[in-house]
Amino acid sequence: MSRKTFTLFDPELVKPAIVESFKKLSPHIQWRNPVMFVVYVGSILTTILWLQSMRGQGEAPSGFILGIAVWLWFTVIFANFAEALAEGRSKAQAASLRGLKKETWAKKLHEPTSKASWHSVPAIDLRKGDVVIVDAGEFIPADGDVIEGVASVDESAITGESAPVIRESGGDFSAVTGGTRVLSDWIVMRVSANPGETFVDRMIAMVENAKRQKTPNEIALTILLVALTIVFLGVTVTLLPYSLFSVSVSGNGTAVNMTTLIALLVCLIPTTIAGLLSAIGVAGMSRMMQANVIATSGRAVEAAGDVDVLLLDKTGTITLGNRQAAAFIPAKGVTEATLADAAQLSSLADETPEGRSIVVLAKQKFNIRERDIQGLGAVFVHFSAHTRMSGVDLEDRQIRKGAADSIRKHVESLGGAFPKQLDQVVDDVARRGSTPLLVSDGITVLGVVELKDIVKGGIKERFAELRRMGIKTIMVTGDNRLTAAAIAAEAGVDDFLAEATPEAKLALIRQHQSEGRLVAMTGDGTNDAPALAQADVAVAMNSGTQAAKEAGNMVDLDSNPTKLIEIVETGKQMLMTRGSLTTFSIANDVAKYFAIIPAAFVSTYPQLSALNVMHLASPASAILSAVIFNALIIIFLIPLALKGVPYRPLGAAILLRRNLAIYGLGGVIVPFIGIKFIDMILSVARVV
Amino acid sequence: MTNHAWILLGVYFLTLLLLSKPLGLYIAQVMEGRLKYGGVIENTLYRFCGIKKDEEMGWLNFTLALLFFNLLGVIAVYLLQRLQISLPLNPQRFANVSPDSSFNTAISFVTNTNWQGYSGESTMSYLTQMLGLAVQNFFSAATGIVVVIALIRGFVRHTASTIGNVWVDLTRVTLYILLPLSLVFSVFLVSQGVIQNFVANKDIQTLEVTKYDNPKLDASGQPIKDAKGNPVTEPAMTQTQTLPMGPVASQEAIKMLGTNGGGFFNANSAHPYENPTPLTNFFQMLSIFLIPGALCITFGRMVGDPRQGWTIYAAMSLLFLAFAIGAMTFEQQGNPLLASLGTDQSVTAMQAGGNMEGKETRFGIADSGLFATITTLASCGAVNAMHDSFTPLGGMIPLASMQLGEVVFGGVGSGLYGMLVFAILAVFIAGLMIGRTPEYLGKKIESFEMKMTSIAILVTPLLVLIGTAIAVMTEAGRAGIANPGAHGFSEILYALTSVANNNGSAFAGLSANTPFYNVLLAIGMWFGRFGVIVPVLAIAGALAAKKRISVTSGTMSTHGPLFVTLLIGEVILVGLLNYVPALALGPVVEHLVLWTGH
Repeated sequence: MSRKTFTLFDPELVKPAIVESFKKLSPHIQWRNPVMFVVYVGSILTTILWLQSMRGQGEAPSGFILGIAVWLWFTVIFANFAEALAEGRSKAQAASLRGLKKETWAKKLHEPTSKASWHSVPAIDLRKGDVVIVDAGEFIPADGDVIEGVASVDESAITGESAPVIRESGGDFSAVTGGTRVLSDWIVMRVSANPGETFVDRMIAMVENAKRQKTPNEIALTILLVALTIVFLGVTVTLLPYSLFSVSVSGNGTAVNMTTLIALLVCLIPTTIAGLLSAIGVAGMSRMMQANVIATSGRAVEAAGDVDVLLLDKTGTITLGNRQAAAFIPAKGVTEATLADAAQLSSLADETPEGRSIVVLAKQKFNIRERDIQGLGAVFVHFSAHTRMSGVDLEDRQIRKGAADSIRKHVESLGGAFPKQLDQVVDDVARRGSTPLLVSDGITVLGVVELKDIVKGGIKERFAELRRMGIKTIMVTGDNRLTAAAIAAEAGVDDFLAEATPEAKLALIRQHQSEGRLVAMTGDGTNDAPALAQADVAVAMNSGTQAAKEAGNMVDLDSNPTKLIEIVETGKQMLMTRGSLTTFSIANDVAKYFAIIPAAFVSTYPQLSALNVMHLASPASAILSAVIFNALIIIFLIPLALKGVPYRPLGAAILLRRNLAIYGLGGVIVPFIGIKFIDMILSVARVV
Repeated sequence: MTNHAWILLGVYFLTLLLLSKPLGLYIAQVMEGRLKYGGVIENTLYRFCGIKKDEEMGWLNFTLALLFFNLLGVIAVYLLQRLQISLPLNPQRFANVSPDSSFNTAISFVTNTNWQGYSGESTMSYLTQMLGLAVQNFFSAATGIVVVIALIRGFVRHTASTIGNVWVDLTRVTLYILLPLSLVFSVFLVSQGVIQNFVANKDIQTLEVTKYDNPKLDASGQPIKDAKGNPVTEPAMTQTQTLPMGPVASQEAIKMLGTNGGGFFNANSAHPYENPTPLTNFFQMLSIFLIPGALCITFGRMVGDPRQGWTIYAAMSLLFLAFAIGAMTFEQQGNPLLASLGTDQSVTAMQAGGNMEGKETRFGIADSGLFATITTLASCGAVNAMHDSFTPLGGMIPLASMQLGEVVFGGVGSGLYGMLVFAILAVFIAGLMIGRTPEYLGKKIESFEMKMTSIAILVTPLLVLIGTAIAVMTEAGRAGIANPGAHGFSEILYALTSVANNNGSAFAGLSANTPFYNVLLAIGMWFGRFGVIVPVLAIAGALAAKKRISVTSGTMSTHGPLFVTLLIGEVILVGLLNYVPALALGPVVEHLVLWTGH
């Protein structure tokens, strides 16, 4: 994958972001963030106060007013910068996504018939209506309909079925999907969608252009921040009359000046979170893109953080896409080697993954080498949808392999009998979560080849992690209950749905939703579309059908179903970052009160200097230090806003305790240190 | 703190704890309509009033009906005062009360504030006291309980469009909870010496001549002040004493149980006819927290998880204990200025020690400090000592108690719904911090709930701060101040805090029975009450309509020590952020001045 990755403060991104942060000073952009708008107005007011003081009518020394005004402007610009930086990253990523297209080649026919000549074109150049031929072993380059030929197609990556399916012209089985692979034979197909108009393409365009909409939690949080701002506006505005009254009754000092009140207001209102709020949202989407997931909306990402139930397809997600031969179980009176030999013979020309795995197993166990079928004079019998068997005919032997009932029918039609003892074996194999494949030679049933679903390595740990996050995993499979139960146990999922039909999947999702759970699922087949549409978080695989992608609210470009775990984490991170920074922002106010209140009223009541616990040098430097801290903290927290607060699946209580300690308690302590530090620098530099 | 204070606090809290559960479960039984008896009286009342008891209301209708009911109360109390001279049961022939005072008192009793700008024994006829004030004591308490029950239903119900029938709820609360409790408590009070009669006041000859300083009043009844702002007084003497009479016990019981706090007499629970003995004092304190405490248990029971109720109870208890210990400690420390004059402020067998100014000798420091904490935390406002005379920090405890928003036990109903609003806020921030859409008791907290929560939390501090600003800026506002300096500021801040939080206790010192204060404070009381009730009912409606989300291991638990800590932190932080600057210019500076030997 040739994707460009950016460091946090990549100069390539920082430069345009600086320019952008000044452009964003326009009032109609500022107006959109009510909290920062208050700072914006405060900056303008203090600037006017400074101009007034330059003409000798100042309410305070002009140097002090200038200092406050400059740092208020910085506060606004720093917030703009955070947002611009996040947006810049997001745009750069979307641009590089565009370049990320699977470079497959297609054989484009000049006439819509297999007899016609063809030439190679890149798959992305195909247009709706083009006709291509796909031979055995090749990937189907685009969505389309078969117009000529019959082929077995491995759609396991899409539909979740491990057995290859037959695709032929006409009828219900003519649709083929881009990204699937022809196993045998060939087809001629007509392309039905322009590559540029695919779902993913449209979504990239959306990410680039459309203005980000606020997510529900973001709106709720903004309301809270505005409410806090109103309260603090009340607190600071009423301080003027209180101060006037105090001056008149005590007969000391002068009333608090406007500059100080504006400084106090800006320090108290939650500028830290308000300044970074939009950057957090943009960065969340951008982190998703980094994980190669494109979400249709921030709402979907946020909802991912709330997921309680996760539906996963068995095949391709929990198990490897294809089943593999794991054991030869001979019938009574037959040796294992005989069975292996016959099974290998019948599979030599079988190009299905199962067939190949039989050959491999035979070699491993009995060192049976691959033989030349032509040399043996053997005729390969292809799998057909009618007999549901495949095999090989030698001069005196007729070897077949297939499902139990097919072989039973086949043997009985030849006048043989199906051994009772094998019924038991077939059952046992199924109970182990494997698929029994029977092998017969003439009228004799030789035994069973056990085809095993291979559970992906590390998947069990992933499910354990999900459980710790509080998410229940449910495996969905078309297999029978016995098989499903065995695999579910091996993979460590919490529950399973066997013999799943699209209706059953839909019903399962609805049932969980009616119990108040949020359901996420991954899907790729057209038959998944209704369930995807019903699920709260629906991740469609990029390799999936158009219908699936339309129904989902996210597309995973890597087509990796376990990606959902990362999506959930990103969703949680977005919320955690907002919550933690809000807590931090509010907790900061304690220290700011201790800095500004004594400074503002010490001329009226000298005793209030007892509250100056930080021993700040002078009232002016105390107020300026608080304002500078308030501005700088935004810059310091940009990396956290962009990267997000790390999520660990520890359970709600531990997570809350940790974050409260870090951002709550830390939020109380850090500004005491920061303000004192800035004050020391200011007094050393003799600025105020 | 003295041993006596520790024992008093311990016994008080244990008794409260023991009574909370049974009463809480009983209230749940009443409000869920599971009570087996009493149906005949209830149904007769409904038939008589044309109420269909099975017809439920959406939140808007519920709110409008409740507002209408309270408005009727205002009109009734106003008219009773304005017409009392022409009505029976007025043995003293008290004149009609002035329009602005009547208006203020009407709003005050309807909003469960019971701020009293008048002196009961020299202003109100017995009929006004009984039919106006005592009746509103019942109804305002019932209103609070009805609102919190509606909010609890919001949590309990899902995908529902209604939150109950306000008339049925009001009837049940009054009939099955407030009336029986008040009856028992009244009889107990009478047994201890609280009076209950309709006779006229009695004049008696005292053995000694009493000499006192009488403040000089100007033509409009306001105290005249000297250049320094101190009131001008003239020496006076008397040998007659008037003993006020009246139906006190019947009003006293609901005054405490309904966290109303409006005394029959001006001296309130410091008056021997209202609160004669240490035993009545103990039970008066107990009756203040009785229903607010029990409602926490009711909440846990109705939402089907008792732990939720106990969590709220624990948060309230811890705050209460901290404040109570603070008040008793600060008052016991006494006054350093008096100590420098050689006054003995130590605890001995013969005296309570500490700062006894403005306290009843039969109660002493501990019983007064504890009473002050309870009455201010609970939005009751009854007093058995003069809060104005507390030490600066001792006096800051009642002030801060109210500024927390009256959520530590708080008023009947209003305390719990206030605390639940804080819980919603706590859940919102904590929910975000663990990376989930915030949810409380299975209900998602979204933008509408946050909007209403913000209004409910915002409205009271804004009323206090802006009201205080108006008072200190206007001549009419400054005229009422009795003491100069920072203490004068504290007095005004206390008054506004008290009314906007519907507490009603007074710092005294402030002459508030003027048209200016009557109107300003009435506005504060009305919006402080209904500016919170309306958004709370809106939250109830919105929550009831939501689906319930199931609890998983990823859900943040809203019970247990962590949530208690979070809730306490939230309440204190919000209170601090709102009031620190104002407190700094009032009690904090007073304290610093006092202890640095001004």
